[in-house]
Amino acid sequence: MRGRAFVFGDGIDTDALAPGIFMKLPIAELARHCLESVDSTFVQNVKPGDILVGGLNFGVGSSREQAAEALKELGIACVIARSFGNIFYRNALNFGLPVLVCPTWSGIQNGDVLDVDPRSGLIENLAQKTGFSAQPLPDFLLEMIDNGGLVPHLEKRFARERQNMTGKTEP
Amino acid sequence: MAMNLAEKILAKAAGRARVSPGEILTCCVDLAMIHDSGGPRRVGPILKRWDVGIFDPSRVVLISDHYVPAIDDETRRIADITRRFATEHKISNFHEAEGICHVVLPERGHLKPGMFAVGGDSHSPTGGAFGVYMFGIGATEMAGVLATGEIWVRVPQTIEISFDNAFGPGVVAKDVMLFLCGQLGMDGGRSEAVQFSGSAIRALSMQERMTLSNMTAELGGQVGLIEPDATTAAYIHAAGADAGPLDHWKSDADAVRAAHYTYDAAALAPHVAAPHSPANSAPIGDMDAVKIDVAYIGACTGAKLVDLRMAAEVLKGRKIASHVSLMVAPASRRDQDAAAREGTLQILVEAGAKLYPNACGICAGYGGTLDDDVTCLSSTARNFKGRMGAASSRVYLGSPYTVAASAVAGHIVDPRPMLAEGKRP
Ligand code: SF4
Repeated sequence: MRGRAFVFGDGIDTDALAPGIFMKLPIAELARHCLESVDSTFVQNVKPGDILVGGLNFGVGSSREQAAEALKELGIACVIARSFGNIFYRNALNFGLPVLVCPTWSGIQNGDVLDVDPRSGLIENLAQKTGFSAQPLPDFLLEMIDNGGLVPHLEKRFARERQNMTGKTEP
Repeated sequence: MAMNLAEKILAKAAGRARVSPGEILTCCVDLAMIHDSGGPRRVGPILKRWDVGIFDPSRVVLISDHYVPAIDDETRRIADITRRFATEHKISNFHEAEGICHVVLPERGHLKPGMFAVGGDSHSPTGGAFGVYMFGIGATEMAGVLATGEIWVRVPQTIEISFDNAFGPGVVAKDVMLFLCGQLGMDGGRSEAVQFSGSAIRALSMQERMTLSNMTAELGGQVGLIEPDATTAAYIHAAGADAGPLDHWKSDADAVRAAHYTYDAAALAPHVAAPHSPANSAPIGDMDAVKIDVAYIGACTGAKLVDLRMAAEVLKGRKIASHVSLMVAPASRRDQDAAAREGTLQILVEAGAKLYPNACGICAGYGGTLDDDVTCLSSTARNFKGRMGAASSRVYLGSPYTVAASAVAGHIVDPRPMLAEGKRP
Protein backbone atom coordinates (compact mmCIF):
# COMPACT_ATOMS: atom_id res chain seq x y z
CA MET A 1 0.00 0.00 0.00
CA ARG A 2 1.08 3.54 -0.73
CA GLY A 3 0.04 6.62 1.22
CA ARG A 4 0.99 10.00 2.68
CA ALA A 5 2.57 10.00 6.12
CA PHE A 6 1.16 11.85 9.14
CA VAL A 7 3.85 11.83 11.80
CA PHE A 8 3.15 11.91 15.56
CA GLY A 9 5.26 11.70 18.70
CA ASP A 10 5.36 9.29 21.64
CA GLY A 11 2.42 8.25 23.78
CA ILE A 12 -0.55 9.08 21.55
CA ASP A 13 -3.29 7.81 23.89
CA THR A 14 -6.81 6.49 23.42
CA ASP A 15 -8.20 9.80 24.70
CA ALA A 16 -6.46 11.62 21.86
CA LEU A 17 -7.76 9.07 19.33
CA ALA A 18 -11.31 8.81 20.71
CA PRO A 19 -11.86 11.69 23.17
CA GLY A 20 -13.94 10.61 26.16
CA ILE A 21 -16.36 13.53 25.93
CA PHE A 22 -17.40 12.50 22.40
CA MET A 23 -17.69 8.80 23.17
CA LYS A 24 -21.47 8.83 23.13
CA LEU A 25 -21.56 10.09 19.51
CA PRO A 26 -21.86 7.69 16.57
CA ILE A 27 -18.46 6.61 15.27
CA ALA A 28 -18.62 8.84 12.15
CA GLU A 29 -18.99 11.92 14.38
CA LEU A 30 -16.54 10.72 17.02
CA ALA A 31 -13.94 10.26 14.28
CA ARG A 32 -14.21 13.97 13.40
CA HIS A 33 -12.52 14.66 16.77
CA CYS A 34 -9.76 12.07 16.32
CA LEU A 35 -6.35 13.47 17.33
CA GLU A 36 -7.67 17.04 17.53
CA SER A 37 -6.01 17.58 20.90
CA VAL A 38 -2.62 16.91 19.26
CA ASP A 39 -3.18 18.34 15.77
CA SER A 40 -6.29 20.46 15.23
CA THR A 41 -6.02 20.28 11.42
CA PHE A 42 -5.52 16.51 11.18
CA VAL A 43 -9.11 15.56 10.42
CA GLN A 44 -9.42 18.23 7.70
CA ASN A 45 -6.22 17.13 6.01
CA VAL A 46 -6.37 13.37 6.27
CA LYS A 47 -7.59 11.34 3.27
CA PRO A 48 -8.43 7.68 2.88
CA GLY A 49 -5.24 5.75 2.22
CA ASP A 50 -3.04 7.94 4.42
CA ILE A 51 -0.61 6.36 6.87
CA LEU A 52 0.00 7.28 10.51
CA VAL A 53 3.52 7.15 11.87
CA GLY A 54 3.93 7.24 15.65
CA GLY A 55 6.52 6.93 18.38
CA LEU A 56 6.46 4.83 21.53
CA ASN A 57 3.30 3.39 23.09
CA PHE A 58 0.87 4.43 20.36
CA GLY A 59 -2.70 3.82 21.59
CA VAL A 60 -1.81 3.58 25.28
CA GLY A 61 -4.70 3.97 27.70
CA SER A 62 -8.16 2.52 27.97
CA SER A 63 -9.61 -0.54 26.28
CA ARG A 64 -12.11 1.48 24.22
CA GLU A 65 -12.41 -0.12 20.81
CA GLN A 66 -13.44 3.21 19.27
CA ALA A 67 -9.81 4.43 19.30
CA ALA A 68 -9.04 2.00 16.50
CA GLU A 69 -12.48 2.25 14.92
CA ALA A 70 -12.11 6.03 14.50
CA LEU A 71 -8.89 5.61 12.48
CA LYS A 72 -10.56 2.97 10.36
CA GLU A 73 -13.52 5.32 9.86
CA LEU A 74 -11.17 8.05 8.57
CA GLY A 75 -9.76 5.59 6.06
CA ILE A 76 -6.29 5.32 7.57
CA ALA A 77 -4.54 2.54 5.64
CA CYS A 78 -2.08 1.56 8.31
CA VAL A 79 -0.31 2.69 11.48
CA ILE A 80 3.45 2.38 11.94
CA ALA A 81 4.86 3.01 15.42
CA ARG A 82 7.92 2.21 17.51
CA SER A 83 5.61 0.38 19.94
CA PHE A 84 1.89 0.11 20.70
CA GLY A 85 -0.38 -0.03 23.74
CA ASN A 86 -1.34 -3.68 24.02
CA ILE A 87 -5.12 -3.48 23.93
CA PHE A 88 -5.14 -0.86 21.14
CA TYR A 89 -2.84 -3.06 19.05
CA ARG A 90 -5.26 -5.98 19.31
CA ASN A 91 -8.34 -3.81 18.78
CA ALA A 92 -6.84 -2.24 15.63
CA LEU A 93 -6.22 -5.62 14.02
CA ASN A 94 -9.69 -6.77 15.07
CA PHE A 95 -11.14 -3.79 13.19
CA GLY A 96 -9.08 -4.62 10.10
CA LEU A 97 -6.50 -1.86 10.55
CA PRO A 98 -2.92 -3.02 9.90
CA VAL A 99 -0.52 -1.94 12.66
CA LEU A 100 3.22 -2.38 12.22
CA VAL A 101 5.83 -2.33 14.97
CA CYS A 102 8.95 -0.58 13.64
CA PRO A 103 11.28 0.58 16.44
CA THR A 104 13.89 1.88 13.98
CA TRP A 105 12.13 4.31 11.64
CA SER A 106 13.70 7.75 11.36
CA GLY A 107 13.47 10.94 9.36
CA ILE A 108 9.92 10.44 8.06
CA GLN A 109 8.31 13.86 7.51
CA ASN A 110 4.67 14.85 7.26
CA GLY A 111 3.53 14.35 3.70
CA ASP A 112 6.28 11.90 2.66
CA VAL A 113 4.83 9.16 0.50
CA LEU A 114 5.45 5.71 1.99
CA ASP A 115 5.22 2.34 0.36
CA VAL A 116 4.37 -0.29 2.96
CA ASP A 117 4.17 -4.05 2.65
CA PRO A 118 2.65 -5.54 5.83
CA ARG A 119 3.49 -9.04 4.59
CA SER A 120 7.25 -8.46 4.44
CA GLY A 121 7.31 -5.57 6.91
CA LEU A 122 9.22 -3.39 4.44
CA ILE A 123 8.61 0.36 4.61
CA GLU A 124 9.97 2.53 1.83
CA ASN A 125 10.03 6.30 2.09
CA LEU A 126 9.73 7.31 -1.58
CA ALA A 127 10.25 11.01 -0.79
CA GLN A 128 13.58 10.52 0.94
CA LYS A 129 14.69 7.26 -0.63
CA THR A 130 15.11 5.53 2.70
CA GLY A 131 13.83 2.18 3.91
CA PHE A 132 13.02 0.48 7.21
CA SER A 133 11.83 -2.92 8.27
CA ALA A 134 8.96 -3.55 10.61
CA GLN A 135 7.93 -6.87 12.13
CA PRO A 136 5.91 -8.54 9.37
CA LEU A 137 2.31 -9.51 10.14
CA PRO A 138 1.64 -13.25 9.96
CA ASP A 139 -0.61 -14.58 7.19
CA PHE A 140 -3.61 -15.31 9.38
CA LEU A 141 -3.76 -11.71 10.61
CA LEU A 142 -3.35 -10.39 7.06
CA GLU A 143 -6.26 -12.58 6.00
CA MET A 144 -8.36 -11.19 8.86
CA ILE A 145 -7.45 -7.63 7.83
CA ASP A 146 -8.31 -8.37 4.18
CA ASN A 147 -11.69 -9.62 5.31
CA GLY A 148 -12.33 -6.33 7.13
CA GLY A 149 -11.62 -7.42 10.71
CA LEU A 150 -12.55 -10.14 13.16
CA VAL A 151 -16.35 -10.03 12.86
CA PRO A 152 -16.61 -10.37 9.04
CA HIS A 153 -13.60 -12.71 9.05
CA LEU A 154 -15.17 -15.21 11.41
CA GLU A 155 -18.54 -14.76 9.72
CA LYS A 156 -16.91 -16.03 6.52
CA ARG A 157 -15.21 -18.89 8.31
CA PHE A 158 -18.40 -20.08 10.00
CA ALA A 159 -20.36 -19.86 6.75
CA ARG A 160 -17.70 -21.99 5.07
CA GLU A 161 -17.76 -24.53 7.90
CA ARG A 162 -21.54 -24.76 7.70
CA GLN A 163 -21.39 -25.30 3.98
CA ASN A 164 -18.90 -28.10 4.45
CA MET A 165 -21.10 -29.67 7.10
CA THR A 166 -24.09 -29.78 4.79
CA GLY A 167 -21.98 -31.65 2.26
CA LYS A 168 -21.62 -28.89 -0.29
CA THR A 169 -18.08 -28.23 -1.39
CA GLU A 170 -16.43 -24.87 -1.43
CA PRO A 171 -16.34 -23.07 -4.77
CA MET B 1 16.38 -23.52 25.63
CA ALA B 2 15.57 -21.70 28.86
CA MET B 3 12.09 -20.19 29.06
CA ASN B 4 10.27 -17.78 31.34
CA LEU B 5 6.99 -18.75 33.01
CA ALA B 6 4.98 -16.68 30.49
CA GLU B 7 6.66 -18.49 27.59
CA LYS B 8 6.07 -21.92 29.16
CA ILE B 9 2.35 -21.31 29.55
CA LEU B 10 2.00 -19.94 26.02
CA ALA B 11 3.97 -22.88 24.60
CA LYS B 12 1.54 -25.28 26.26
CA ALA B 13 -1.50 -23.31 25.07
CA ALA B 14 -0.15 -23.28 21.49
CA GLY B 15 0.84 -26.96 21.55
CA ARG B 16 4.49 -26.16 21.04
CA ALA B 17 7.66 -27.40 22.76
CA ARG B 18 9.12 -23.89 22.96
CA VAL B 19 8.32 -20.35 21.98
CA SER B 20 10.29 -17.11 22.08
CA PRO B 21 9.38 -13.44 22.55
CA GLY B 22 8.05 -11.71 19.43
CA GLU B 23 6.48 -14.82 17.91
CA ILE B 24 2.76 -14.69 17.20
CA LEU B 25 0.87 -17.81 18.22
CA THR B 26 -2.66 -19.12 18.14
CA CYS B 27 -3.48 -20.38 21.63
CA CYS B 28 -6.28 -22.60 22.96
CA VAL B 29 -8.12 -20.91 25.80
CA ASP B 30 -8.51 -22.94 29.00
CA LEU B 31 -10.95 -20.47 30.49
CA ALA B 32 -12.86 -17.34 29.48
CA MET B 33 -14.38 -15.07 32.12
CA ILE B 34 -17.09 -12.57 31.23
CA HIS B 35 -19.20 -10.23 33.32
CA ASP B 36 -22.58 -8.53 33.07
CA SER B 37 -21.19 -5.24 31.74
CA GLY B 38 -18.93 -6.29 28.86
CA GLY B 39 -20.30 -9.83 28.48
CA PRO B 40 -23.67 -11.10 27.21
CA ARG B 41 -25.14 -7.74 26.17
CA ARG B 42 -22.12 -7.03 23.97
CA VAL B 43 -21.01 -10.49 22.77
CA GLY B 44 -24.56 -11.88 22.42
CA PRO B 45 -25.45 -9.88 19.27
CA ILE B 46 -22.13 -10.83 17.60
CA LEU B 47 -22.66 -14.56 18.29
CA LYS B 48 -26.20 -14.18 16.86
CA ARG B 49 -24.83 -12.53 13.73
CA TRP B 50 -22.44 -15.46 13.31
CA ASP B 51 -25.21 -17.89 14.22
CA VAL B 52 -22.89 -19.93 16.46
CA GLY B 53 -22.81 -21.14 20.05
CA ILE B 54 -20.05 -21.25 22.65
CA PHE B 55 -17.04 -23.50 21.96
CA ASP B 56 -17.19 -25.20 25.37
CA PRO B 57 -19.60 -23.81 27.99
CA SER B 58 -17.73 -25.65 30.77
CA ARG B 59 -14.74 -23.38 30.10
CA VAL B 60 -16.74 -20.19 30.44
CA VAL B 61 -17.39 -18.44 33.74
CA LEU B 62 -20.09 -15.74 33.77
CA ILE B 63 -20.27 -13.36 36.72
CA SER B 64 -22.81 -10.62 37.42
CA ASP B 65 -21.05 -8.01 39.51
CA HIS B 66 -21.04 -4.61 37.80
CA TYR B 67 -24.75 -3.74 37.66
CA VAL B 68 -25.50 -5.47 40.97
CA PRO B 69 -27.91 -5.02 42.61
CA ALA B 70 -30.21 -3.87 39.81
CA ILE B 71 -31.65 -0.48 40.72
CA ASP B 72 -33.62 0.65 37.68
CA ASP B 73 -35.11 -0.58 34.39
CA GLU B 74 -31.81 -0.47 32.53
CA THR B 75 -29.90 -2.52 35.13
CA ARG B 76 -32.80 -4.97 35.47
CA ARG B 77 -32.69 -5.41 31.70
CA ILE B 78 -28.93 -6.10 31.81
CA ALA B 79 -29.41 -8.65 34.63
CA ASP B 80 -32.08 -10.31 32.54
CA ILE B 81 -29.97 -10.48 29.37
CA THR B 82 -27.16 -11.99 31.44
CA ARG B 83 -29.38 -14.70 32.98
CA ARG B 84 -30.94 -15.60 29.65
CA PHE B 85 -27.48 -15.87 28.07
CA ALA B 86 -26.42 -18.32 30.82
CA THR B 87 -29.50 -20.47 30.20
CA GLU B 88 -29.35 -20.32 26.42
CA HIS B 89 -25.67 -21.26 26.29
CA LYS B 90 -25.85 -23.77 29.17
CA ILE B 91 -23.20 -21.94 31.21
CA SER B 92 -23.34 -23.65 34.60
CA ASN B 93 -20.52 -21.52 36.04
CA PHE B 94 -22.81 -18.55 36.48
CA HIS B 95 -22.34 -16.54 39.67
CA GLU B 96 -24.82 -13.75 40.25
CA ALA B 97 -24.40 -11.29 43.12
CA GLU B 98 -21.76 -13.54 44.72
CA GLY B 99 -19.04 -10.92 44.48
CA ILE B 100 -16.60 -9.28 42.09
CA CYS B 101 -15.45 -11.43 39.17
CA HIS B 102 -11.69 -11.33 39.83
CA VAL B 103 -12.24 -12.49 43.42
CA VAL B 104 -15.03 -15.01 42.80
CA LEU B 105 -13.09 -16.74 40.00
CA PRO B 106 -10.28 -18.16 42.17
CA GLU B 107 -12.51 -18.46 45.24
CA ARG B 108 -14.59 -21.07 43.33
CA GLY B 109 -11.51 -23.02 42.28
CA HIS B 110 -11.63 -21.98 38.62
CA LEU B 111 -7.94 -20.99 38.36
CA LYS B 112 -5.01 -23.43 38.33
CA PRO B 113 -1.31 -22.85 37.63
CA GLY B 114 -0.31 -23.13 33.98
CA MET B 115 -3.73 -22.22 32.60
CA PHE B 116 -4.13 -19.83 29.69
CA ALA B 117 -7.17 -17.60 30.24
CA VAL B 118 -8.81 -14.41 29.02
CA GLY B 119 -11.26 -12.09 30.72
CA GLY B 120 -13.59 -9.43 29.40
CA ASP B 121 -12.24 -6.93 31.91
CA SER B 122 -9.02 -4.95 32.19
CA HIS B 123 -8.17 -6.28 35.66
CA SER B 124 -8.01 -9.85 34.36
CA PRO B 125 -4.24 -10.03 35.09
CA THR B 126 -5.39 -10.81 38.67
CA GLY B 127 -5.28 -14.48 37.61
CA GLY B 128 -1.48 -14.16 37.36
CA ALA B 129 -1.29 -14.53 41.15
CA PHE B 130 -2.11 -18.21 40.56
CA GLY B 131 0.47 -18.68 37.81
CA VAL B 132 -2.30 -18.29 35.20
CA TYR B 133 -1.52 -16.39 32.00
CA MET B 134 -4.63 -14.21 32.04
CA PHE B 135 -5.29 -10.87 30.37
CA GLY B 136 -8.14 -8.56 29.41
CA ILE B 137 -9.63 -8.27 25.93
CA GLY B 138 -12.36 -6.19 24.28
CA ALA B 139 -15.90 -7.45 23.68
CA THR B 140 -15.42 -8.06 19.95
CA GLU B 141 -12.41 -10.23 20.59
CA MET B 142 -14.23 -12.03 23.42
CA ALA B 143 -16.99 -12.97 21.00
CA GLY B 144 -14.32 -14.57 18.81
CA VAL B 145 -12.92 -16.50 21.78
CA LEU B 146 -16.35 -17.74 22.86
CA ALA B 147 -17.07 -18.93 19.33
CA THR B 148 -13.74 -20.59 18.55
CA GLY B 149 -11.93 -21.25 21.85
CA GLU B 150 -8.85 -19.66 20.34
CA ILE B 151 -6.97 -16.38 20.42
CA TRP B 152 -3.71 -15.11 19.00
CA VAL B 153 -0.93 -13.82 21.26
CA ARG B 154 2.40 -12.17 20.60
CA VAL B 155 4.82 -13.83 23.01
CA PRO B 156 5.86 -11.04 25.38
CA GLN B 157 9.24 -10.42 26.90
CA THR B 158 9.44 -10.85 30.68
CA ILE B 159 10.11 -7.96 33.06
CA GLU B 160 10.99 -9.25 36.53
CA ILE B 161 10.28 -7.13 39.61
CA SER B 162 11.78 -8.42 42.87
CA PHE B 163 11.27 -7.35 46.46
CA ASP B 164 13.85 -8.81 48.81
CA ASN B 165 13.79 -8.91 52.62
CA ALA B 166 10.40 -8.42 54.27
CA PHE B 167 7.79 -5.63 54.25
CA GLY B 168 7.58 -3.62 57.44
CA PRO B 169 4.37 -3.45 59.52
CA GLY B 170 1.57 -1.53 57.80
CA VAL B 171 3.12 -1.96 54.34
CA VAL B 172 1.17 -4.16 51.95
CA ALA B 173 0.70 -5.17 48.30
CA LYS B 174 -1.29 -2.03 47.53
CA ASP B 175 1.64 0.12 48.63
CA VAL B 176 3.94 -1.92 46.40
CA MET B 177 1.80 -1.24 43.33
CA LEU B 178 1.33 2.47 44.03
CA PHE B 179 5.09 2.71 44.51
CA LEU B 180 5.76 0.86 41.22
CA CYS B 181 3.24 2.95 39.26
CA GLY B 182 5.00 6.06 40.57
CA GLN B 183 8.47 4.71 39.77
CA LEU B 184 7.88 3.08 36.40
CA GLY B 185 4.76 4.90 35.17
CA MET B 186 1.57 3.43 33.80
CA ASP B 187 3.43 2.02 30.82
CA GLY B 188 6.23 0.56 32.95
CA GLY B 189 5.04 -2.92 32.02
CA ARG B 190 5.36 -2.05 28.29
CA SER B 191 2.59 -4.56 27.37
CA GLU B 192 5.01 -7.33 28.31
CA ALA B 193 4.79 -10.06 30.95
CA VAL B 194 5.56 -8.79 34.44
CA GLN B 195 6.77 -11.38 36.93
CA PHE B 196 6.89 -10.62 40.67
CA SER B 197 9.52 -12.39 42.74
CA GLY B 198 11.70 -12.19 45.84
CA SER B 199 11.38 -13.23 49.46
CA ALA B 200 8.90 -10.49 50.38
CA ILE B 201 6.55 -11.56 47.55
CA ARG B 202 6.80 -15.25 48.44
CA ALA B 203 5.76 -14.40 52.01
CA LEU B 204 2.48 -12.83 50.84
CA SER B 205 -0.91 -14.54 51.18
CA MET B 206 -2.83 -15.38 47.98
CA GLN B 207 -5.22 -12.46 48.33
CA GLU B 208 -2.30 -10.06 48.76
CA ARG B 209 -0.63 -11.56 45.68
CA MET B 210 -3.91 -11.00 43.82
CA THR B 211 -3.66 -7.28 44.60
CA LEU B 212 -0.21 -7.19 42.96
CA SER B 213 -1.32 -9.02 39.83
CA ASN B 214 -4.56 -7.01 39.68
CA MET B 215 -2.75 -3.68 39.49
CA THR B 216 -0.40 -4.95 36.80
CA ALA B 217 -3.19 -3.47 34.67
CA GLU B 218 -2.25 0.00 36.02
CA LEU B 219 1.43 -0.79 35.46
CA GLY B 220 0.74 -1.53 31.77
CA GLY B 221 1.80 -5.18 31.74
CA GLN B 222 -0.15 -7.74 29.73
CA VAL B 223 0.05 -10.23 32.60
CA GLY B 224 1.37 -10.09 36.20
CA LEU B 225 2.66 -13.53 37.05
CA ILE B 226 3.77 -15.02 40.34
CA GLU B 227 5.31 -18.50 40.41
CA PRO B 228 2.92 -20.92 42.13
CA ASP B 229 4.12 -22.50 45.38
CA ALA B 230 2.75 -24.21 48.50
CA THR B 231 0.71 -21.10 49.36
CA THR B 232 -0.96 -21.28 45.93
CA ALA B 233 -1.65 -25.01 46.23
CA ALA B 234 -3.15 -24.60 49.72
CA TYR B 235 -5.52 -21.85 48.54
CA ILE B 236 -6.69 -23.87 45.54
CA HIS B 237 -7.16 -26.94 47.75
CA ALA B 238 -9.29 -24.92 50.16
CA ALA B 239 -11.35 -23.75 47.15
CA GLY B 240 -12.17 -27.40 46.49
CA ALA B 241 -9.89 -27.96 43.52
CA ASP B 242 -6.47 -29.46 42.86
CA ALA B 243 -3.55 -27.26 41.79
CA GLY B 244 -1.85 -30.13 39.93
CA PRO B 245 1.92 -30.39 39.60
CA LEU B 246 3.71 -27.05 40.13
CA ASP B 247 7.35 -27.78 39.32
CA HIS B 248 7.18 -26.86 35.64
CA TRP B 249 5.50 -23.46 36.19
CA LYS B 250 8.60 -21.43 37.04
CA SER B 251 10.91 -19.24 35.01
CA ASP B 252 14.17 -21.00 34.25
CA ALA B 253 16.99 -19.23 36.08
CA ASP B 254 18.91 -18.58 32.87
CA ALA B 255 15.93 -17.42 30.78
CA VAL B 256 16.34 -13.92 29.35
CA ARG B 257 14.47 -11.05 31.07
CA ALA B 258 13.94 -7.74 29.24
CA ALA B 259 14.53 -5.93 32.54
CA HIS B 260 14.98 -6.81 36.18
CA TYR B 261 14.13 -4.30 38.91
CA THR B 262 15.16 -5.16 42.46
CA TYR B 263 13.89 -3.33 45.54
CA ASP B 264 14.36 -3.63 49.28
CA ALA B 265 10.96 -4.45 50.78
CA ALA B 266 12.06 -3.26 54.21
CA ALA B 267 12.67 0.26 52.88
CA LEU B 268 9.14 0.66 51.44
CA ALA B 269 6.72 3.04 53.18
CA PRO B 270 2.92 3.15 52.76
CA HIS B 271 2.09 5.01 49.55
CA VAL B 272 -0.81 7.20 48.47
CA ALA B 273 -1.68 8.24 44.90
CA ALA B 274 -3.15 11.72 44.44
CA PRO B 275 -5.77 12.59 41.79
CA HIS B 276 -6.01 11.66 38.93
CA SER B 277 -3.60 8.79 38.29
CA PRO B 278 -2.19 5.79 40.18
CA ALA B 279 1.21 6.94 38.90
CA ASN B 280 0.78 10.19 40.83
CA SER B 281 1.97 8.47 43.99
CA ALA B 282 4.32 9.31 46.84
CA PRO B 283 5.37 7.91 50.22
CA ILE B 284 2.78 8.84 52.83
CA GLY B 285 5.32 11.03 54.63
CA ASP B 286 5.41 13.33 51.59
CA MET B 287 1.63 13.68 51.46
CA ASP B 288 -0.32 16.55 52.94
CA ALA B 289 -2.93 15.74 55.59
CA VAL B 290 -5.73 16.13 53.02
CA LYS B 291 -9.16 16.25 54.66
CA ILE B 292 -11.45 13.49 53.37
CA ASP B 293 -15.24 13.16 53.12
CA VAL B 294 -15.50 9.56 52.01
CA ALA B 295 -13.32 6.56 52.87
CA TYR B 296 -13.98 3.63 50.54
CA ILE B 297 -12.94 0.04 51.18
CA GLY B 298 -14.08 -1.67 48.04
CA ALA B 299 -13.33 -3.37 44.70
CA CYS B 300 -11.50 -6.46 43.55
CA THR B 301 -8.31 -4.60 44.46
CA GLY B 302 -9.12 -3.57 48.01
CA ALA B 303 -12.04 -5.33 49.76
CA LYS B 304 -11.08 -9.00 49.98
CA LEU B 305 -11.01 -10.76 53.35
CA VAL B 306 -7.35 -9.73 53.89
CA ASP B 307 -8.27 -6.14 53.16
CA LEU B 308 -11.22 -6.18 55.56
CA ARG B 309 -8.91 -7.61 58.24
CA MET B 310 -6.42 -4.80 57.67
CA ALA B 311 -9.15 -2.22 58.13
CA ALA B 312 -10.37 -3.98 61.29
CA GLU B 313 -6.86 -4.09 62.74
CA VAL B 314 -6.84 -0.29 62.67
CA LEU B 315 -10.49 0.26 63.57
CA LYS B 316 -10.66 -2.08 66.56
CA GLY B 317 -11.80 0.02 69.53
CA ARG B 318 -11.85 3.22 67.45
CA LYS B 319 -14.54 5.38 65.85
CA ILE B 320 -14.36 7.15 62.52
CA ALA B 321 -14.35 10.95 62.44
CA SER B 322 -17.84 12.42 62.46
CA HIS B 323 -17.52 14.16 59.08
CA VAL B 324 -16.31 11.02 57.28
CA SER B 325 -18.49 8.40 55.70
CA LEU B 326 -16.76 5.00 55.65
CA MET B 327 -18.21 2.77 52.93
CA VAL B 328 -17.30 -0.92 52.93
CA ALA B 329 -18.29 -3.16 50.01
CA PRO B 330 -16.77 -6.61 50.71
CA ALA B 331 -15.45 -8.10 47.45
CA SER B 332 -17.37 -11.35 47.76
CA ARG B 333 -20.21 -12.85 49.74
CA ARG B 334 -17.93 -15.63 51.00
CA ASP B 335 -15.36 -13.11 52.21
CA GLN B 336 -18.12 -11.15 53.91
CA ASP B 337 -19.46 -14.31 55.60
CA ALA B 338 -15.97 -15.25 56.77
CA ALA B 339 -15.43 -11.72 58.07
CA ALA B 340 -18.74 -11.94 59.95
CA ARG B 341 -17.88 -15.31 61.51
CA GLU B 342 -14.53 -14.16 62.83
CA GLY B 343 -15.81 -10.80 64.10
CA THR B 344 -13.98 -8.63 61.59
CA LEU B 345 -17.20 -7.25 60.15
CA GLN B 346 -18.56 -6.25 63.57
CA ILE B 347 -15.40 -4.27 64.30
CA LEU B 348 -15.91 -2.31 61.06
CA VAL B 349 -19.57 -1.64 61.76
CA GLU B 350 -18.96 -0.64 65.39
CA ALA B 351 -16.35 1.86 64.19
CA GLY B 352 -19.04 3.47 62.01
CA ALA B 353 -18.70 1.74 58.64
CA LYS B 354 -21.73 1.28 56.39
CA LEU B 355 -21.92 -1.98 54.46
CA TYR B 356 -22.66 -2.10 50.72
CA PRO B 357 -23.40 -5.03 48.38
CA ASN B 358 -20.70 -7.48 47.26
CA ALA B 359 -20.24 -5.86 43.88
CA CYS B 360 -18.20 -3.28 41.95
CA GLY B 361 -20.10 -0.53 43.73
CA ILE B 362 -18.78 2.99 43.26
CA CYS B 363 -15.35 1.78 41.98
CA ALA B 364 -16.29 2.70 38.42
CA GLY B 365 -19.46 4.55 39.23
CA TYR B 366 -21.79 1.56 38.70
CA GLY B 367 -23.47 1.22 42.09
CA GLY B 368 -23.70 4.87 43.06
CA THR B 369 -21.27 7.72 42.54
CA LEU B 370 -19.35 10.44 44.36
CA ASP B 371 -20.98 13.85 44.44
CA ASP B 372 -19.48 17.14 43.27
CA ASP B 373 -16.32 18.27 45.06
CA VAL B 374 -16.16 15.22 47.33
CA THR B 375 -12.72 14.08 48.43
CA CYS B 376 -12.42 10.32 48.73
CA LEU B 377 -9.59 8.03 49.87
CA SER B 378 -10.14 4.65 48.29
CA SER B 379 -8.64 1.16 48.38
CA THR B 380 -9.53 0.66 44.68
CA ALA B 381 -7.09 0.55 41.76
CA ARG B 382 -7.84 3.65 39.68
CA ASN B 383 -8.48 7.30 40.36
CA PHE B 384 -8.97 8.65 36.85
CA LYS B 385 -10.92 11.86 36.66
CA GLY B 386 -14.65 11.22 36.96
CA ARG B 387 -14.32 7.42 37.25
CA MET B 388 -16.07 7.19 40.60
CA GLY B 389 -18.52 10.01 39.99
CA ALA B 390 -18.48 13.77 39.47
CA ALA B 391 -15.54 15.14 37.46
CA SER B 392 -14.97 17.57 40.33
CA SER B 393 -14.55 14.75 42.89
CA ARG B 394 -11.02 14.02 43.99
CA VAL B 395 -9.96 10.41 44.57
CA TYR B 396 -6.81 9.41 46.42
CA LEU B 397 -5.68 5.78 46.51
CA GLY B 398 -4.22 3.96 49.49
CA SER B 399 -4.07 0.59 51.23
CA PRO B 400 -6.96 -0.60 53.44
CA TYR B 401 -4.73 0.27 56.44
CA THR B 402 -4.29 3.82 55.21
CA VAL B 403 -7.98 4.22 54.31
CA ALA B 404 -9.11 2.98 57.74
CA ALA B 405 -6.64 5.11 59.70
CA SER B 406 -7.52 8.18 57.65
CA ALA B 407 -11.24 7.58 58.27
CA VAL B 408 -10.48 7.79 62.00
CA ALA B 409 -8.26 10.86 61.69
CA GLY B 410 -10.57 12.59 59.21
CA HIS B 411 -7.66 13.29 56.90
CA ILE B 412 -4.95 11.29 55.12
CA VAL B 413 -2.54 9.82 57.71
CA ASP B 414 0.19 7.22 58.02
CA PRO B 415 -1.56 4.14 59.51
CA ARG B 416 1.55 2.85 61.29
CA PRO B 417 1.25 4.80 64.56
CA MET B 418 -2.36 3.62 65.07
CA LEU B 419 -1.33 0.05 64.25
CA ALA B 420 1.57 0.16 66.70
CA GLU B 421 -0.69 1.59 69.39
CA GLY B 422 -3.22 -1.19 68.82
CA LYS B 423 -0.50 -3.79 69.32
CA ARG B 424 0.53 -2.37 72.72
CA PRO B 425 -0.71 -4.53 75.60
S1 SF4 C 1 -14.29 -3.64 41.37
FE1 SF4 C 1 -13.68 -1.94 40.05
S2 SF4 C 1 -11.72 -2.56 39.15
FE2 SF4 C 1 -12.70 -4.41 40.00
S3 SF4 C 1 -13.83 -5.33 38.28
FE3 SF4 C 1 -15.26 -3.98 39.38
S4 SF4 C 1 -15.17 -2.00 38.31
FE4 SF4 C 1 -13.34 -3.18 37.70
